[in-house]
Amino acid sequence: MSAGVELDHVTVRFGQFTAVDSATLDIKGGEFFSFLGPSGCGKTTILRTVSGFLDPSEGKVRIGGQDMTGFGPNKRPTALIFQNLALFPLMTVADNITYGLRVRGVDRQARRRKADELLDLIALKGQGDKLVSELSGGQKQRVAIARALAVQPKVLLLDEPLSALDLKLRQHMRTELRAIQQQVGITFIYITHDQGEALTMSDRIAVMSDGIIQQVSDGKTVYDEPDTAFVASFVGENNPFAGKVLKADATSAVIDTPFGPLRGRNPKGVKAGDNAILFVRPESLKPGQHGADSTLTSQVTSVAFEGNVTHVYLKGSAKKEITLTVGRHGGTEIPAQGSTTAIGYDPHMGLVLPAGNMARE
Amino acid sequence: MSSRFVVFLIPIVVIAIFWAMANRESKLAHDPTHKGYFERNGMVLGIVFISLVAFWTLFLVVLPYLYMVVESFHPKLVPAKRGGPEDVLTIAQYKSFFIEPSSGDWNTTHFWAFGYTIVISIIITALNFIICYPLAYYMAQAGTLQKVRLLMLALIVPYWVNEILRAFSLRLLLASKGLINQALMGLGITDGPIDFLGNNTGLFVGLSYAYLLIMVFPLYNAIESLDKNQIEAARDLGAPWWKIHRDVVIPYAKPGIASGCTMVFMLSAGSLAAPQFLGGPRTLWFTSVVYDFFFQSFNWPRGAAYAFILLVACILFVMLMLRVFKVSLGETIR
Repeated sequence: MSAGVELDHVTVRFGQFTAVDSATLDIKGGEFFSFLGPSGCGKTTILRTVSGFLDPSEGKVRIGGQDMTGFGPNKRPTALIFQNLALFPLMTVADNITYGLRVRGVDRQARRRKADELLDLIALKGQGDKLVSELSGGQKQRVAIARALAVQPKVLLLDEPLSALDLKLRQHMRTELRAIQQQVGITFIYITHDQGEALTMSDRIAVMSDGIIQQVSDGKTVYDEPDTAFVASFVGENNPFAGKVLKADATSAVIDTPFGPLRGRNPKGVKAGDNAILFVRPESLKPGQHGADSTLTSQVTSVAFEGNVTHVYLKGSAKKEITLTVGRHGGTEIPAQGSTTAIGYDPHMGLVLPAGNMARE
Repeated sequence: MSSRFVVFLIPIVVIAIFWAMANRESKLAHDPTHKGYFERNGMVLGIVFISLVAFWTLFLVVLPYLYMVVESFHPKLVPAKRGGPEDVLTIAQYKSFFIEPSSGDWNTTHFWAFGYTIVISIIITALNFIICYPLAYYMAQAGTLQKVRLLMLALIVPYWVNEILRAFSLRLLLASKGLINQALMGLGITDGPIDFLGNNTGLFVGLSYAYLLIMVFPLYNAIESLDKNQIEAARDLGAPWWKIHRDVVIPYAKPGIASGCTMVFMLSAGSLAAPQFLGGPRTLWFTSVVYDFFFQSFNWPRGAAYAFILLVACILFVMLMLRVFKVSLGETIR
């Protein structure tokens, strides 16, 4: 039922511009795989290449081991869910869902049965005769999923399908999408710029920037062990401290930052004298004195109470402020606005990576 | 009721209707901050606008037609006898369309011309749609901006040339010793000249070309607003290209198609120059019949009656087609 998707050195160029640069990936059958990146990073281009709307300038796309070169979108075992859903406004819900069957010559009764079955799956039982315009945003979303599933694709491609929904519904649809994927058991390839979506739903994530796949890993690894400065700064909040490496060994490195020497783990093996960036997550920073090379002092510019957490913003070295996030438990004292305070972290929670492009704010 | 009385009463009625519409508009608006017609424009300007529109509607649209309707119910009389005892209301002119008054037989000549005009106009409309739909689709969805601009220019510029000149130049091209026949014979494709004008090829080419733009632009407008993703979605779901057009593009563009077809049909059925210059010797276009009544036999009443028969037939036909294709009249002018 499901099929894997292989990208074999896929490069897509538009004139002089390289949208995707030699992407090589092996997405396993039945996997929920996400492409995560800012707009313009090439993730939609990859999706359109897999679905057949674009031909790669170089390289090959294989689905279920079969080379897809020369197969148009109507000949591939994929179904695409568009960002704006692209439901047919003049057709009923049931006609929308079974359109793919109609063009394959399936007779009316069989179509009706399939429509009922799928309406059941998406919890819209008995609403097949409505017009699409009579449905709510979340319902339209589910109809788009049903329409794509009706043709029994081996791979379902989703192009930021939740971006038009409001926050509550979006969070609900994440769970639902994941549940549907596990129920039908086919490969889902999901495109998003929302790291929350990617992290909650995916088995694996490919983080992209400027047409290049930066890292392919499961969500936890991407968050905890980013490979590059871009991934560290794009996935989740992070506080970067740039500087020259003062000393380094196999496990840790110390960087000469504007706030003095600071230590972090050294998984990429930076050497003394290299340009590097130390990343410390806001939730890893804590008020108070820590070790000699894991404490810094700065002025609190503002404090934002957000219910379950409180964000404390401190003056940073460049334009970007340092963010410190305190949970409610533990009764940590929140530093007052305007005060100059010492904050620190467990050196294991700092991460030193070679200097590189960071995500734009 | 004297006719003078009618002439003065109608403007007052029309102005009253516009006035009532302007007043009703403010009541219909549910938004309390919505300003009524007179609040928006002021009393003086409001009255000026209403009077101008009323004048325009009345003197340039309603009255001339009304005059022709009245004319069509009168007998043909020399000016001296007008208003005399012989000037009575009669349906003789309409009857003459069916039964020729001079012989008392069925009026087959005019009947034939009428049916011929309607049938050929339908064919022209269909032909025009077949030519224009791919063009409009290309311009609206497929072509690059630069090519679309070039195409539009190529479509519009020939219309700077006037209709008569265009018809005559086509005639020159298609004549027995015209460029096309000479080329065909020169290349040895045909032995003798093909009678393009006699077999009505000229008529079809001329009329189709004359109303190309009138078909292209409503189609283009309708297709242009279709979300490209819908076309791609249909394609992704496995539809071959013709099913995409059948199921997605054409249903969406239906109001535009109806609008374009209505206009082309009406204009073809009512055209005069192209059928006269490009039609074959046996081709009798109904408007030519009407024209001859007005300007050859000076029988204005009969000409007016014939013109109204054509108008009513065309309107009924268009209404029928809109009903058949389930398009409301409002949609076609969207």
